[in-house]
Amino acid sequence: MFPKWFSEWNRKNPTDPFQPIFLMGGIGGAVFVAAMLVVWGWPYMTESSQTGPRGTGMSVTKFPVDADPTIALYEEIYSDPPYIPEEGAALAKDIYENVQVLGDLTEDNFNRLMLAMTSWVAPDQGCAYCHGDGGLETYGADDLYTKVVARRMIQMTQTINDDWAGHVAVNGTGVNCYTCHRGENVPSNIWFRVDPTVETMAGWGAVQNRVTTVSGSTSLPSDMLQKLLVEEGNIKVHDLEPRVVNAGTPTWQDTERTYSLMNYFSNSLNVNCNFCHNSRAFYDPAQVTPQWATALMGIDMVRDVNANYLEPLRDTYPANRLGPVHADAPKAACATCHKGYSKPMQGTPMITDWPELAAPGAPVYE
Amino acid sequence: MPEYQNIFTQVQVQGVPEMGLDDNGRMTRERVGKPFFSSLVGWMGNAQIGPIYLGWTGLIGLATGTLALNIIGLNMLAQVGWSIPEFLRQGFWLALEPPSPEYGLQMPPLRDGGWYIIASFFLLVSVISWWLRAYLLAAEHKMGKHVAWAFAAAIWLFLVLGLFRPILMGSWSEGVPYGIFPHLDWTTAFSIRYGNLYYNPFHALSIVFLYGSALLFAMHGATILAVTRFGGDRELEQIADRGTASERAALFWRWTMGFNATMEGIHRWAWWFAVLTPITGGIGILLTGTVVDNWYLWAVEHHFAPEYLGDYGYEAYSAGGN
Repeated sequence: MFPKWFSEWNRKNPTDPFQPIFLMGGIGGAVFVAAMLVVWGWPYMTESSQTGPRGTGMSVTKFPVDADPTIALYEEIYSDPPYIPEEGAALAKDIYENVQVLGDLTEDNFNRLMLAMTSWVAPDQGCAYCHGDGGLETYGADDLYTKVVARRMIQMTQTINDDWAGHVAVNGTGVNCYTCHRGENVPSNIWFRVDPTVETMAGWGAVQNRVTTVSGSTSLPSDMLQKLLVEEGNIKVHDLEPRVVNAGTPTWQDTERTYSLMNYFSNSLNVNCNFCHNSRAFYDPAQVTPQWATALMGIDMVRDVNANYLEPLRDTYPANRLGPVHADAPKAACATCHKGYSKPMQGTPMITDWPELAAPGAPVYE
Repeated sequence: MPEYQNIFTQVQVQGVPEMGLDDNGRMTRERVGKPFFSSLVGWMGNAQIGPIYLGWTGLIGLATGTLALNIIGLNMLAQVGWSIPEFLRQGFWLALEPPSPEYGLQMPPLRDGGWYIIASFFLLVSVISWWLRAYLLAAEHKMGKHVAWAFAAAIWLFLVLGLFRPILMGSWSEGVPYGIFPHLDWTTAFSIRYGNLYYNPFHALSIVFLYGSALLFAMHGATILAVTRFGGDRELEQIADRGTASERAALFWRWTMGFNATMEGIHRWAWWFAVLTPITGGIGILLTGTVVDNWYLWAVEHHFAPEYLGDYGYEAYSAGGN
């Protein structure tokens, strides 16, 4: 088949091809991997910082993130500082019709807040998003659901800043509409009930083992936000006695649900367990970090907000705003504000210039 | 390449298939399958494939095992609407979950753990009859029952997880889900619920024996391969009549660490390390939730874990995050 000289040459020069094949294959593979790491970067790079004494395993690990891109837009929107009201200035409740919540604002401050809310929540639709196209004389009407919801949201914002200052105003930050909305009609990272995730099963087998947004693509239960942040189930799963007192309660299923919730916390804030817990006894309040108390208050805040503000709006929304499975109202949890940062808006002060949203009742200007 | 530095077996015997002994004339009845040779298989072991002895235990074991696997698999397939592509795509997430806790030790509805109980029952029958097969085959070959008892150690852990502990806890819901990710979720939740299983001393022992098994396996395998050129791979001859291979292997380890196992003793080391892994692990699982509810606090109580009372967290140790 081959020419004679070729076969002869091969016979005289016996070569073992395997050594060079393995050698070149190995070197080539290593070069390829190295080149990919240089070009694409290490895909799962994290940053760690030690947060406890050596040997205790206390280290907070984060994925590196860029500055929150929505902050720039927020600073662009902002116009003037609030106007200090003059003695005897006319108030919104005297000038406009049907001002139920912000009636104690002067006209200037009222319009300043209305304009800001438009930019925060409905920049494309403008005033008409809540007030309709009927002209200024119809602005007092409550015809559109968006206006009814917006009023309730203002009350919710005031409650969050006032009642839950321990969570949202640790450093005087606070929240306003933009903390959740970020220029969108419907905030990102709201959640609806998605159970049953497995239709052919019932009970424990029906609420998990599916890739969902809230479960962070894990097979953990997807009903934990409903069970623990709406129905206020017990998040604590540990026995504080070494020996068994009540066998079987809480169950490992309860634990898995709590674990799913904690995983949701971690993903929402881009932190690991050690941000709040110690590394050996997650439940022990004597061995936690300062962030634990903040998070604990956050849990109660989310329960309050869901129970008293978001769920009762269910009948106000049109059908296309309700959940796909249970037609439930859109609800909030950690990620709705945090959006992947341990401080929402990376700690940008949100109520310094908006005293109208800092507490219910007449605003206090300084 | 040097003959003795190869990852594959260098010597293959292929020829007339070896059918095994038949001293009483009745023993070949249940050996089925026409034997053949595979060079590929010969690189890793004996090149001859078959015949296989099934027997009534093997048949029961295979039948019930297939049934259990099919119940699990068809449940998963039903969960994705009988779609094979979805089954492959979501396979690692799917599971046949144990019943909800409210059913206790009663038979739950099929769609809430009933199929799990049925699959578990068939799996139990399958595993036990397969164990019996290992025992009876050893008896037929007039061997010791070491393989059967080692398998029994693994079955002990299997029974603790799926039978003994659920009964002691009073609920089948304590069982482990049949699924790739879901059984890992169970493991994590189990450890967290009972105060971190790393503080369970039997769990610690089990890890020692597991890692120890791997270490012993590596040491023994390496030693024998290293003295193969002196006939060290003929281990049985070396046990009965110690030759230069044994001498060199023994001297190597004695001069390395002052102590060496013997050609026979190393196999006792390996057997006990392997067998003690599931035995100690099973004891640890059986005590969890039935006797001890929080292993960390148990460990602190027994001065097995220190109680740390210092400061923690970002504010105590750094300027804080963002």
